[in-house]
Amino acid sequence: MSTAAVSQIDEVKSTPWSGGRSPFDVEYGKMMMWFFLLSDAFTFSSLLISYGALRFSASAWPSAALVFQSVPGLIEHGAPLVFVGLMTFILILSSVTMVLAVEAGHRNSRKEVIGWMIATVIGGFMFLGCQALEWNHLHSEGFWWSTIPNPDILKEFFTKGVPYGAQASSAHQFANLFFTITGFHGFHVFTGVVINIIITINVLLGTYDKRGSYLMIEKVGLYWHFVDLVWVFVFTFFYLV
Amino acid sequence: MSTETAAVHAEHGEHEGMTKKRIVKVFFILLAITCVEFFIALVLVPRYATFAHTWANPIYIVLTLLKAFYIVAFFMHLKFERTSLIFAIIVPILFIIGLILVLTNESHHWIDLRM
Repeated sequence: MSTAAVSQIDEVKSTPWSGGRSPFDVEYGKMMMWFFLLSDAFTFSSLLISYGALRFSASAWPSAALVFQSVPGLIEHGAPLVFVGLMTFILILSSVTMVLAVEAGHRNSRKEVIGWMIATVIGGFMFLGCQALEWNHLHSEGFWWSTIPNPDILKEFFTKGVPYGAQASSAHQFANLFFTITGFHGFHVFTGVVINIIITINVLLGTYDKRGSYLMIEKVGLYWHFVDLVWVFVFTFFYLV
Repeated sequence: MSTETAAVHAEHGEHEGMTKKRIVKVFFILLAITCVEFFIALVLVPRYATFAHTWANPIYIVLTLLKAFYIVAFFMHLKFERTSLIFAIIVPILFIIGLILVLTNESHHWIDLRM
């Protein structure tokens, strides 16, 4: 490679920002996954910030400790946060198994990848099952999109002394926001599980051994961790605050 | 040229993977933060009314952001990517802060409208 004959302007540039190599130094699909997740972060923050704005401006709001105090099928009352704590634990754990699958992928260890991916899929299904129970419980109490429980049940969810008008209007907002936001998150979990299953099948078929790299695990891993990330925020703003 | 690429690879390889040890460590950090949140929600808030109205929510938000940092930095591996990619992802997030400020301000106006 003689550079003497090439004039300075024709010389191939090799620095990151002049086309020599990728400035981000990540594979195309992985970079696009990051940009997609960024746009998804905007969508979720718009939803959560609208929730915040409506809640700030409401004169009363259903108390999380009173609305979410049952473990469906086991405890009817007096166990606030227990069930959602379980859901959070399941999702964090499935994030851990996902990251272990990525780690095994770096070592091209097919068997371990399969094991951890299956564990992640199971975790995803467990979370979806819990969410179905949670939705079913709220629905049985009378909450649904633009539907609220009758006054006798509704007053149980507020601290004492809130007039019925304030209860009804904020309960409507609460119901719509809760089902929309956790529903949108649950939809992400569902698509994540489907994608994880497809990738697991590909691993079983040996697609990534032929390709020579398990980078695909890393890309779906990013999506799966993002789902966990959103849940961290949903959990705080619906169940704790 | 070839020595340069080798150097880049070596540097990259060093940070490449999350070791199992580190994964377990991050998991326990996330678990511990969640436990602290439960402790505040189940023990401190019911017992101390002033605490519930003042410090509880800011603490929840700080702990949530801390958890988000650990998930994005370690599980999503962003901490070990190129600085340019880190900035490309983190800087646009500032727009979200803008929306929070605008709508928080707006919601105070809505309260006045309801009166």
